[in-house]
Amino acid sequence: MSGLIRRTARPGIVPVVAVEAVDKVFNPGKVNQVDALAGISLSVAPGEFVSLIGPSGCGKSTLLRLIADLSQPTAGTIRINNKTAHQARLDLDYGMAFQHAGLFDWRTVRRNVELPLELRGWDRSKRSERAAEMLSLVKLSDFASHYPWELSGGMQQRVAIARALAMDPPLLLMDEPFGALDEMTREHMQAELIRICSATGKTTIFVTHSIPEAVYLSNRVVVMSPRPGRITKVVDVALDTRSDEARQSAAFFAKITEVREALRAVERVDERVDERVDAVVDVGLGLEDR
Amino acid sequence: MSGPSDVGSGRAAHRRAVSHRHHGGGLRQVTLGAAGLALVALFWELLKASGGSDHTLGIVSTDDASMPGVAAIWSAFFQEDVRGQGRTVGAAVLSGGWYSFRLAVAGFVVALIVGVALALLMQRIHVAEQAWVPYVVLSQTVPLIALAPLIAGWGGSLTVGPFDWKPWLSATGMAGYLAFFPITIGALRGLKSPQIQAVELMDTYAASWWQTIVKLRLPASVPYLLPALKLGAAQAVVGTIVSEISIGLKGGIGRLIIDYFQKASGDPSRVFTAFIGAAVLGLVVAAIVGVVEFALMRNLAGPSGQGVSV
Repeated sequence: MSGLIRRTARPGIVPVVAVEAVDKVFNPGKVNQVDALAGISLSVAPGEFVSLIGPSGCGKSTLLRLIADLSQPTAGTIRINNKTAHQARLDLDYGMAFQHAGLFDWRTVRRNVELPLELRGWDRSKRSERAAEMLSLVKLSDFASHYPWELSGGMQQRVAIARALAMDPPLLLMDEPFGALDEMTREHMQAELIRICSATGKTTIFVTHSIPEAVYLSNRVVVMSPRPGRITKVVDVALDTRSDEARQSAAFFAKITEVREALRAVERVDERVDERVDAVVDVGLGLEDR
Repeated sequence: MSGPSDVGSGRAAHRRAVSHRHHGGGLRQVTLGAAGLALVALFWELLKASGGSDHTLGIVSTDDASMPGVAAIWSAFFQEDVRGQGRTVGAAVLSGGWYSFRLAVAGFVVALIVGVALALLMQRIHVAEQAWVPYVVLSQTVPLIALAPLIAGWGGSLTVGPFDWKPWLSATGMAGYLAFFPITIGALRGLKSPQIQAVELMDTYAASWWQTIVKLRLPASVPYLLPALKLGAAQAVVGTIVSEISIGLKGGIGRLIIDYFQKASGDPSRVFTAFIGAAVLGLVVAAIVGVVEFALMRNLAGPSGQGVSV
């Protein structure tokens, strides 16, 4: 099966992210041991937009956290721009956005965007210049001196994206950033994200639950299966345009079907495992009865 | 998504709400406070009057020696404190209050520094939290009155560098001892209040522990710290007056309470002037903390009062 899956970027290009044979086990050796990821290999080329999709518990967020060096792999290696994930974090090689905007309520929108710059000791004028630039990129210039709680959820998420981009990192890691938004806002944000990514040439890894979102945004959609988390299929998308019309195109629906079928295959495997587990449990109970 | 006008008016509405709450609220509070005081005075007089001509109400004596009337207490403020010196009782209470106020403030500052430092240490080193919190709690179960003479005794034989230990330092130390507890607990809760996601955000910026404290944990702890500071300030006043009384320190409200008690058979109303002085001292300290709270909270917290938008 793995022969069918293109897990590496085009040859000859140094990948921005190179994940090699990564396993992640939580609580190893304990009763509550969880095999979160097994044998994950993934390579992301410069400028590529890759989505991770799969059912809950398939480890897609865990994989993102490993790339972000917020958690350590049990086995395997992760390199970002040919550095260790740890070094990449210290060098601010990536910006991260979470499901919740996570803005600081005591800071204005502008000062929220300036946070990473402050931490790096930028002086005031450089900071405010960059923040203004980022806020105009996410079209929130008029709200620079507002406080986060005065903004809608979608606007807060745009501030979070501006903050993630403030240090101009080559890589953007996004963990279901639009998960808490309503459908209309969500589609608007997707269009905005595509505009921002193509304007800045960022490489992006994007975790999502939504098939249309993954297909609309991505160059490649990585389908994952749970227990333990594995990559089961990688779907190349490559839509010609990403206008609103593209959402109605036959190519778009064809790719959605392809991803959905890959996810269904994951479910079927899952059911078979469950049946076998049930059978084992039945036998076990039978033995105990005797 | 809200349009600009929605959000703009929302902000204006919030600003109106804030200014209304604080300005209108200030006047309201003063009026209510005065009304409350009048009610207490009225209740006092009614209680006294209900004693009737035999001046007893059950086991409570209502004669002038036990319950001086409001008018008597008021006029006591204008009596000469020590015959022939020309200073009124009111002036004596005022200067005693000022003395105790400075001790309480010094004690409060000590408590603030020690309390926040302890909370930072416990936040940094988890084991320290587990090891010390029981002792921090235990420290408050030892009665202050039992400790006061002990500390004063130690202080008497103590020389810190070129400085001799002054008796007022004992009172300040005691005030700090009583006040640090709520501050430590409040600060620790506040420092631990940011969600894991906010802490991880700082990690993604490779922020140092100290940067995370300054940029995230301390600002997030303000809503927890302010009630703790209020409690701590009140404790500092109580600690100051109690230790003044128990070590017999001259100059403050505590000493006035003792002095006036000793003269109580001659003029019971004077004791009450000292009581009122102590109560006003507590109110002044609470008001100062309130002003600090207003200044800090105006910009810090949203309508929810929560630290981080989610």
